[in-house]
Amino acid sequence: MAIPINWFLVLAAGLFCIGLYGVLSRRNAIGILMGIELMLNAVNINLITFWRYINPVKLTGQVFAIFVFTVAAAEVAVGLALVIAIYRNRDTVIVEEIDLLKE
Amino acid sequence: MVPVLIFGLSSVVTLGAALAVVTNKNILHSAFYLILAFVGVASIYVLLEAPFIAVVQVLVYIGAIAILIVFAIMLTRRLLSKDLIQRNAQWGLSALGATGLFLVLGWIVYSVNWPVKLLTVPEDPISVLGQELLSTYVVPFEIASVLLLAALVGAILIGRERE
Amino acid sequence: MADLINLIENWIKNILLGWGVTESLAVFILQVLGSVLVVIVCFVIVIALIWVERKLAGRIQDRFGPNRAGPYGIFQSFADIIKIFTKEYITPVGAEKGLFNIAPVLAMFSVLAIWAVFPFAINVVGGDIHVGVLYIVAIGAFGILAILMAGWSSNNRYALLSASRSVAMLISYEIPMIISLLVPVLLAHSMKLSVIVEAQMPWNIFVAPLAALIFGISSMAEVGKAPFDLLEAESELVAGYHTEYSGMKFGMFYVAEFLHQFTVGALMAIFFLGGWTGPLAVRWPILGVFYFYGKTFFIYLVISWIRLSLPRIRIDEMLNLNWRFLIPISFINLIAVAIADRVMLEFNLARWIYVVVMFLINILILVAALTIAEKNEKAVERVEFSPRPIAVPPGKESK
Repeated sequence: MAIPINWFLVLAAGLFCIGLYGVLSRRNAIGILMGIELMLNAVNINLITFWRYINPVKLTGQVFAIFVFTVAAAEVAVGLALVIAIYRNRDTVIVEEIDLLKE
Repeated sequence: MVPVLIFGLSSVVTLGAALAVVTNKNILHSAFYLILAFVGVASIYVLLEAPFIAVVQVLVYIGAIAILIVFAIMLTRRLLSKDLIQRNAQWGLSALGATGLFLVLGWIVYSVNWPVKLLTVPEDPISVLGQELLSTYVVPFEIASVLLLAALVGAILIGRERE
Repeated sequence: MADLINLIENWIKNILLGWGVTESLAVFILQVLGSVLVVIVCFVIVIALIWVERKLAGRIQDRFGPNRAGPYGIFQSFADIIKIFTKEYITPVGAEKGLFNIAPVLAMFSVLAIWAVFPFAINVVGGDIHVGVLYIVAIGAFGILAILMAGWSSNNRYALLSASRSVAMLISYEIPMIISLLVPVLLAHSMKLSVIVEAQMPWNIFVAPLAALIFGISSMAEVGKAPFDLLEAESELVAGYHTEYSGMKFGMFYVAEFLHQFTVGALMAIFFLGGWTGPLAVRWPILGVFYFYGKTFFIYLVISWIRLSLPRIRIDEMLNLNWRFLIPISFINLIAVAIADRVMLEFNLARWIYVVVMFLINILILVAALTIAEKNEKAVERVEFSPRPIAVPPGKESK
């Protein structure tokens, strides 16, 4: 264990903040989804890091990471289906232009 | 020494690719950079001695999620034109907020004294993982399968063209 | 003397240690040498395979096949290599240069990386990881990615159409492939490839013939050659996703495709034909290597024979075959094998009863599935032949 735990945690924090920036600044719905994926990856790095450094005998961290994978896969499948459906009906996936409820 | 080198390389690749994902003007290039970021994260998992998670990362994120995203971008091709602005008006504020959050998180990471125990990983982690999934975590496991089924049905229903 | 491979390994290691190299660096150098050897063997085999395949195709189609360069045309592949190296690299206008150049490399990588975990003989394994089976499936994802990249970046409608077809096909055929791979995993109680090979008493093809059949069909689809070659159907899509590639970049796709078919043979040999096992393979590991490559080559020839005999299937037939037939029976097969395995282990039955019962269960499921499929055949949409409209200049149509 040559690497201190802090390095992994800072890496995960960096990845999370980059993902957050992507979610907040993108106009394209698919771009926002990509930001969310980055954030979920950062969470997984944290889970695995804590598992490895704090209690590697019980595999709680890995189990939680697997649940995050499952949720991410489900989220992307439904999210992209929504994006395609919206694109088919309104010919755009720019989130600012999808404002039917405002009018 | 070797782990430190690998960590440095894979973290630079991951963070660089992630930055390219959120800032690139061409959304398709972002998607391919996203794949590079996923590869970087998988190598981090290998470094943390979790090969199962690393392989599942490649299988689920690159084999399914990234390919779906690339495919969705190709289906919404009109939005790939070069003169389309990909970031919204509040990008400056978001960048500021994200940087601030990163500083706060970094400060927390370095101020907390983590209860690190240097133990070794079990000999055959996969069988332990399987037993955990089907004993302690059997209810979440079943709920996850229901969630996947619901997502499958939902995605087909939403994506279907109505006559 | 019996263990020739370890003898050579120890000899090189001792030379390296004699030069004052540290222990870990020596192991690293040996691993690099081993992987280079595996890759070189792969390429040499591909050169031979291209000739064998073309000769075989010629004989099956009542032709001579290559017969000009050298006796029986055995130098044809070398002539092709020289030609392909001297061709000009053409990058189409409007192509995305980066992606366009990465795609062939990724296609090669996705095939060669699978060889890293193969057990070639007893104790001769590159990386004997706990998650070997999952690793093989995961690396396959890069192949799909390569096709998608090539199709998109070459700025060609035919290539893009081929790429989107390939994604529909490869992703859907991955499901029965993974599910049928789970059956050997279940029988060996491990995902380590070396354990799976050693646990086969007798070969898995007798214990789980249905899984072998499903794996064979779906991995033929994964290779993307006939009868599943609709991602490069020449009559519809020019040449498919690599339409715009020339020279060695095309060569890499071509070699990757050949090597992929050979790799499928190797996977089949490992999971269902007992890998390196055979008479005396434990005493002389070098024999194990020969058995492994021999079985792989045999499966390769069988796959070639099948694909040279069958016509290309239509895209809707391809999806129907997968979603309505292969996926349901692969799931039923997995469940049945899991229950039977558990029950029979509980009663501690003799090995031959276990094998016979497993075999019968497999045959029963296959027969039942075929009967049901035959009954529902009328439900499948049939496209009747209709004469094509002949091009008539406007204003001259009759009626």
